[in-house]
Amino acid sequence: MAHAEHAHANYLEAKKGIWSWLVTLDHKRIGVMYLWTTLFFFVVGGLFSLGVRLELLKPGPLFQPDTYNKMFTMHGAIMVFLFIIPIIPAALGNFFLPIMIGAKDVAFPRLNLLSYYIFLVGSSLAVGALIAGGVDTGWTFYTPYSIRSASHVILITLGVFINGFSGILTGLNFMVTLHKLKAPGMTFFNMPLFLWSIYATAIIQVLATPVVGITTFLLILERVLKIGIFDPALGGDPILFQHFFWFYSHPAVYIMILPGMGIISEVVTVFSRKHIFGYKAVAYSSLAIAFISFLVWGHHMFVSGQSPLSNFLFSWLTMFVAVPTAIKVYNWTATLYRGSIVLATPMLYALSFLFMFTIGGVTGLFLAALSVDVHLHDTYFVVAHFHYTMMGGTVMGLLAGIHYWWPKMFGRMYPELWGKISCAFIFVGFNVTFLSQFILGKLGMPRRYHDYFPEYAGWNMVSSIGSLFIGIGFLIMFIYLFWSLKRGAKAPANPWDGKTLEWQISSPPIEHNFTKVPAIPASPYEYGVKG
Amino acid sequence: MFTFFELPKASTIAASIDHLYDFVYWVSFVSFVGIVVACLYFIFRYHRSRSDPNKTPYIEGHHLSEIIISIILFIVVMIIFAWGWIDYKKIITTPLKPLEINITGKQWLWETEYQNGRRLTNELVVPLGQPVKLVMTSSDVLHSFFIPNFRLKQDVIPNQYTFLSFTAIKRGDHPVFCAEYCGTAHSKMLATVKVMEPVDYQKWQQEWEFKQRGGTPLEEVGASLFASKGCIACHTATDQKLVGPGMQGIYDHDVELVDGSKIKVDENYLRESLMEPQAKIVKGFAPVMPTFKGTLTDQEVGDLISYIKSLEK
Ligand code: HEC
Ligand SMILES: [Cu+2]
Ligand SMILES: [Cu+2]
Repeated sequence: MAHAEHAHANYLEAKKGIWSWLVTLDHKRIGVMYLWTTLFFFVVGGLFSLGVRLELLKPGPLFQPDTYNKMFTMHGAIMVFLFIIPIIPAALGNFFLPIMIGAKDVAFPRLNLLSYYIFLVGSSLAVGALIAGGVDTGWTFYTPYSIRSASHVILITLGVFINGFSGILTGLNFMVTLHKLKAPGMTFFNMPLFLWSIYATAIIQVLATPVVGITTFLLILERVLKIGIFDPALGGDPILFQHFFWFYSHPAVYIMILPGMGIISEVVTVFSRKHIFGYKAVAYSSLAIAFISFLVWGHHMFVSGQSPLSNFLFSWLTMFVAVPTAIKVYNWTATLYRGSIVLATPMLYALSFLFMFTIGGVTGLFLAALSVDVHLHDTYFVVAHFHYTMMGGTVMGLLAGIHYWWPKMFGRMYPELWGKISCAFIFVGFNVTFLSQFILGKLGMPRRYHDYFPEYAGWNMVSSIGSLFIGIGFLIMFIYLFWSLKRGAKAPANPWDGKTLEWQISSPPIEHNFTKVPAIPASPYEYGVKG
Repeated sequence: MFTFFELPKASTIAASIDHLYDFVYWVSFVSFVGIVVACLYFIFRYHRSRSDPNKTPYIEGHHLSEIIISIILFIVVMIIFAWGWIDYKKIITTPLKPLEINITGKQWLWETEYQNGRRLTNELVVPLGQPVKLVMTSSDVLHSFFIPNFRLKQDVIPNQYTFLSFTAIKRGDHPVFCAEYCGTAHSKMLATVKVMEPVDYQKWQQEWEFKQRGGTPLEEVGASLFASKGCIACHTATDQKLVGPGMQGIYDHDVELVDGSKIKVDENYLRESLMEPQAKIVKGFAPVMPTFKGTLTDQEVGDLISYIKSLEK
């Protein structure tokens, strides 16, 4: 506002200098800062996973057992808490939510910046734990091991505790924004589905995150003050920790996947020139999933010694998740019907999502069935299952979104050919890596194993080779994305001919997004001919 | 040990669990192939090169198909659920007169203790075709006793007992893994279940007992603790009451508490009676039993429990 002459410069150039970024209240810049920060953590977490696969390439030790244990712990903790939970809502959500509803910013811009700095502080503690020597408890911090472990449990759980506030504030900010700042004519039922999924996510974040906050806090208290809460040696109950932990962490699974699903709804419609099939079904199923997610945490504890009645109920309730999830997959697939399909990189990722997320979903059925879970629990089957949902689901959604919105965010096109090549590497690598882990799990190989019987050697080698392909795919991607920032072709305002509001403004957007109140179409997916 | 895709089915429950696994597998396979084939067909048939981007039909959805899919899926998942529960029920139901063996997990080994006092490390010898009940605990952090060939696992928890029952149906050695992460040597916390013909098992035990002679069975150790720790001041080994109830025949039967509720006397109840006697008071008695927390070792608690269990009617 102070710089009237810059009112129409794009948000990247409207203000100059590093300081203008650090104190920015612009949701787009905050989104971009989140994007780079969380992608940085993705690379760190990814390097640890390559370390893990290197150890498991062949039977017999390569690293010290404690080193290996720290690698898989840091891989899990960083990927979950510093990358996959925040990235889509905080980076892409921040950037696009206000624009998609025709607003100039989120409801509380200052709070938004505060969230980012809280995230930075929490993450720094986690990185501090890493530099100080790492943590060896597994990302689940199960007690009493985490009470007794000599590694840096306090630092990292404090980091998780603090990061929680960032997530809660962001969720709150988004909820208020969606209720209060929609442009005239924009309602909950003609807003893009991406926003529905962000809305459902925000609800879970606000309601569930306090529980993980309290849990990590109690864990810290117990370690520091030796109060018996979770450690039986002090009179505590270790199973209580698992209840607390999963009461948060199961809903958190949907914090991770719902935003990815939202992106798929956007990308599938644009690249097949079709209205979304079943708008309300997709929107409500997000809410249904959010709701059920609070009732199923005990399915992580079928062999923990919890009562058979709990097991009965949790297994039964878990089955319900299948229905809204399947409806979504059906609707995305049906959207392709009689469309006009372009296989650009974002669409390839969206299709990869459909392929892999379906595998992730159906393998959940094996684990929800009580008797089968008794065998599969804590084996590689579980590892493969959640990688298919988290990486095959969320990360594919994320990559679809990053490529889809890259031209809008940075005003440059990514190179299409390289995009496809890297997608191919990631797709093939991912399936080679994790399909073999289903087999390992079925054959009984437990997870978090530093070494294994020679019987498991074959599939482990296959899996490790696959992970190398994933690594190459991402390396290519990071190179061309960086390259495109300066050298990519200049992006037009609407390269994909999208109908949602972000495509109706310049690429990159101007500082305050809109010069006049935008006209809102009856539906965000007005493609093709009616009747 | 196993083929490339299949584990041996070495317990009575294994085959049934594998059947459910296969059922879910085929349900999944069919749905997955359905979706992939539909996607591939659409991509091919409606590719931009074969379709006009401005002439796609405006289809907002189709409720009937959504409802039909939901109903079919709901029925299928309820079948999976029920099947899983029925087999799970079999897994957790203790068979009649099982052979009871105590298991203790420690970082990073498994200790086995038979009723006759015989102890083994990382080895569990059981007779073929005879029901076995493992009474398990941990002396430090969580572990999980996992026998892939039996399709069974159960976490073990410090200061609590958990149970695992099975009947082995394949002779030979079956590996045991620790499936709950427990620190540095988690992946080396391995054991073997050796399944023998019942006659061989008998012989194996008798030879040892013969050599031992002096070796006292657990319940006998428990009996002497029962006297030396002063339980006899308030309890008898018959069903006669003193200050406290008689111990005979209480195990595995319901006991009525002062608040009128009934509870089955199992290992956890007995342990709690010793550690926190005030937690549940038996009807007709005063809450005067002292706590033995700190005075009895875990080992001694286990011995006393074995003794009380041996006092059948
Ligand atoms: C000072 C007397 C006293 C002593 C000593 C004592 N108990 Fe008790 N115990 C009681 C009384 C009274 C009850 C019943 C009230 C209750 O439930 O606490 C009881 C209850 C029990 C029960 C529950 C019985 C049931 O029918 O449910 C068990 C088991 C038990 N005691 C075992 C022991 C053992 C083993 C010892 C020795 C290590 C011991 N007690 C020492 C007084 C005593
Ligand atoms: Cu869960
Ligand atoms: Cu272990």
